[in-house]
Amino acid sequence: MEAVWRIESARLIAGLARTVRDLGLAEELAQDALVAALEQWPRTGVPDNPGAWLTAAAKNRFVDQYRRRQNYQRKLEQIGREQEDLTAPDASTGVGDINDDLLRLVFTACHPVLSSEAQVALTLRMLGGLTTDEIARAFLVSESTVAQRIVRAKKALAKAGVPFEVPAEDEREARLAGVLGVIYLIFNEGYSATAGDDWMRPELCSDAVRLARVLAGLMPAEPEVHGLVALLEIQASRSAARLGPGGEPVLLLDQDRTRWDRLLIRRGLAALEKAGPGPYGIQAAIAACHARAVRPEDTDWTRIAGLYEALALVAPSPVVELNHAVAIGMAFGPSVGLELVDEIVAAGALEGYHLLPSVRGDLLAKLGRGEEARAEFELAASLTRNARERRLLLDRAACC
Amino acid sequence: MRFMVIVKANEESEAGTPPDVEMLTEMGKFNEELVNAGVLLAAEGLAASSQGARVYFSGDKRTVVDGPFTETKELIAGFWLLELRSLEEAVEWVKRVPNTGGGDSHIEIRRVASLEDFGDNLTPEVREQEEELRRRTAQQ
Repeated sequence: MEAVWRIESARLIAGLARTVRDLGLAEELAQDALVAALEQWPRTGVPDNPGAWLTAAAKNRFVDQYRRRQNYQRKLEQIGREQEDLTAPDASTGVGDINDDLLRLVFTACHPVLSSEAQVALTLRMLGGLTTDEIARAFLVSESTVAQRIVRAKKALAKAGVPFEVPAEDEREARLAGVLGVIYLIFNEGYSATAGDDWMRPELCSDAVRLARVLAGLMPAEPEVHGLVALLEIQASRSAARLGPGGEPVLLLDQDRTRWDRLLIRRGLAALEKAGPGPYGIQAAIAACHARAVRPEDTDWTRIAGLYEALALVAPSPVVELNHAVAIGMAFGPSVGLELVDEIVAAGALEGYHLLPSVRGDLLAKLGRGEEARAEFELAASLTRNARERRLLLDRAACC
Repeated sequence: MRFMVIVKANEESEAGTPPDVEMLTEMGKFNEELVNAGVLLAAEGLAASSQGARVYFSGDKRTVVDGPFTETKELIAGFWLLELRSLEEAVEWVKRVPNTGGGDSHIEIRRVASLEDFGDNLTPEVREQEEELRRRTAQQ
């Protein structure tokens, strides 16, 4: 049943939302249809076309709800109108229409009136077809917390009167960036969990890559979507290598590169050819530099440093500066890298970010300044919330 | 997790008869659904076994037998490689594969093994060998 839901729910909810013009209501109707299926299918068997069955069940439910309301007469007219829509055969809904509905779904679920947590929950629930329980487990919160987030998100959408529409041309770029950000956030939560005992939750990464691929199918002309796909495919290709035998994190340069997934790398490189020079496209190009290096020493650090400079122009951030410093350190030696890192420290923008002392510690260790390096790694360990990562940092401190 | 969905041969595929337009259209739609759902990693169809061969092993001996092979229903005619959450999801997808001919056939679903499945047999030596191989493949 979960499997049917995962395959059908996005199209079901998107199609219903177009009919009822309300994403929250559409999700409830879809949910009711699922409950009905859970009751009936064990007795009757799974229908030949589960999607059509669920759609019909949801639409019947919608008509029932109208009938029960007051203003019976007035509503009846509406029902008459809606029923014309409802009874229209599903075959008349072309693939293009379904894709339009799915796009509306994407942009509504990631609408800026929603908190980032709510956007993530709605996207995974409605587009990704995850159950609330699966979302709860992925984010280490209780199922009721996720359910509440979704209820509140739906209320927020209704309160703000957010239409079930794709944004107009003038705000499209900004809204698309928001959508990509939500998917990237989901991926990163799976890729290096910010909290908890496990360093990675690979299932969540797979879901994010899947969502990115879906998005690329819906918006094939958007280079940044392909950039995100490329970035996620290439990063996901390292999943198996990023975990040591005891579940501990393994850093990029220490990874057994034979465990990188060549199939995902190939897919990522193919997507990169369709990407542009936006933030995700550039990050994907950086990831591709690593993917192409068969051994760590083959890495083209000069090119990576250049790409980080380009990234700093389109998406300036202290984290990009830090990564740039790492690349410079690799390309031109640790002392040059350390100078840049010290500038970042002086600017104070990354205070409390565990990777800053971690990078500084690494450069100091390479320069043979063990005492100082150890202090940095210990500081970094005290700043991370991930247990596995803390262990790694303390191990590095102990080696200095 | 990854699944290989294996399509078995039938008399038409073994005879080298190309699928009819209806079949190609329906299959195209199904493949599009897989792509739209972001779950299709790769897919290929195989030519008739008459264009293939087998190498039989017996101790040091190697015997080459050219196709075609007779046990049609055991032969592989094509595959999909899917990235999914569960075997159940794979089953759900495969139930949607069009069966335009209407005949009897079956499709096999197998999980793709990962390094973890090889356990202790994957010694450092074997791993190193594998590493070297992959290194060379990557350079090609």
